[in-house]
Amino acid sequence: MAAKLKVRVDQDKCQGHARCKSLAPELFDLDEFGNAHETGDGSVPAGLEDKAWLAQSNCPEIAIEVTEE
Amino acid sequence: MSDSASIMPEHPPVTDWINDFDHTDPVWTEDPFPIWEKLRAASPVVHTERFLGCYMPTTYQAVKEIAYDTEHFSSRRVIVRDVRPEITARAPPITSDPPEHKPAKQILLPPFTPDAMKKLEPRVRAICNELIDEFIADGKCDAAARYTKHIPVRAIAHMLGIPEKDGDLFIKWIHGILELGIKDDNALMEAVKEMTGYFAGHLEQRKKQPTDDLISTLMKAKDKDGNPLTDEHVLGSLRLLLIAGIDTTWSAIGSSLWHLAKTPADRERLVKEPELMPLAVEELLRAYSPVTMAREVMRETTVSGCPVKPGNMVLLSFPAANRDPAMFPDADKVVIDRKENRHAAFGLGIHRCVGSNLARMEMTVAIEEWLKRIPEFRLDPAGKVTWSEGTVRGPRQLPLLFGKAN
Repeated sequence: MAAKLKVRVDQDKCQGHARCKSLAPELFDLDEFGNAHETGDGSVPAGLEDKAWLAQSNCPEIAIEVTEE
Repeated sequence: MSDSASIMPEHPPVTDWINDFDHTDPVWTEDPFPIWEKLRAASPVVHTERFLGCYMPTTYQAVKEIAYDTEHFSSRRVIVRDVRPEITARAPPITSDPPEHKPAKQILLPPFTPDAMKKLEPRVRAICNELIDEFIADGKCDAAARYTKHIPVRAIAHMLGIPEKDGDLFIKWIHGILELGIKDDNALMEAVKEMTGYFAGHLEQRKKQPTDDLISTLMKAKDKDGNPLTDEHVLGSLRLLLIAGIDTTWSAIGSSLWHLAKTPADRERLVKEPELMPLAVEELLRAYSPVTMAREVMRETTVSGCPVKPGNMVLLSFPAANRDPAMFPDADKVVIDRKENRHAAFGLGIHRCVGSNLARMEMTVAIEEWLKRIPEFRLDPAGKVTWSEGTVRGPRQLPLLFGKAN
């Protein structure tokens, strides 16, 4: 059983590159200015773990945190 | 027209890149990558006495430090030039520093979200196919002149609500500002004046009869105190959208087609696996980032341990940052499905390119439609690829032959 993951976007760091939304649309949403936030409470559904790590490793502002619960 | 007195003396050829670099030198224009490698090996920050004094950060880390430091580095001048006249034509928010920057940028962000771009996408697909229809039967074309150049021009004209056929005017002004203007002050002033007059006419029309386009959106926008934007602010932002929105993406699409023309393995893979396109677009953006920005040093500080002094400009090379092997393994190799890619092609920090979602959509659509109609193509050995000089890098002549080589 893999550990359960959570994603969180640091609102002070996000500059709206929208890479996370493109790579993991299930886990991130954009506001009217195009800045990102995690969907719901940030819990990553089983099977989407790779997408969480992919989004994290493509954010140019290092604004995405992935934690294991 | 410019008179000869406004043109700065020709730059002497560079013989010492580390202490005397010049991003307008023909050697740099043709192939800057080995030069950046040499500079990076020498120091994270190098300096030249040219351009009245200018630094260049050579590593991803040094570029990032400067992009994040709006206290010591101002954006009021965003092009490194031979002269530094009084600042007369601002283009908010790209030329704005905090605290003015954020409210100016917030106005432009909503029209450029990925969702807004999805609505524009069908028009861009149609533009690409209209262009391909014009030359596909010839079996060859100069892709820079016939294809890549026209896509961003028509797309931004469509968004702004101005005639797509005025595109040749826009291209002339941009050449005057971004290329000739580095060394010729009159060429720059003339282009800015013509462009401003053109948009002022469109503003007057819309004051009488508002329209449903980006110009009207800007005219209806309020500043942070709830007042309408001044005409000067609206004209400045329109200048920015036109200048920043055209030859940047023209260059990115051109470099992508140039790469695919000379790299059959990547081209064949994209034809067979179109689902790779999002990763491929990011990798092409990293490897051939078109845009180099600038800052002005306002106060003494250090960058990656190197002292920098006020009175100097900074050549903020996101393209060089994106080739730093400390940040990207195999940095000089195009890895078409690169997984980890925090490239800085659209900048870092508060000045992240407002049109990045537009640029990505245009690149994706332009490459996809091209590959659907012309899956096999190569560089035409009878022609010559030429590259733009200075601030934005991309092919300005790109002769291609269609079909398999015999």
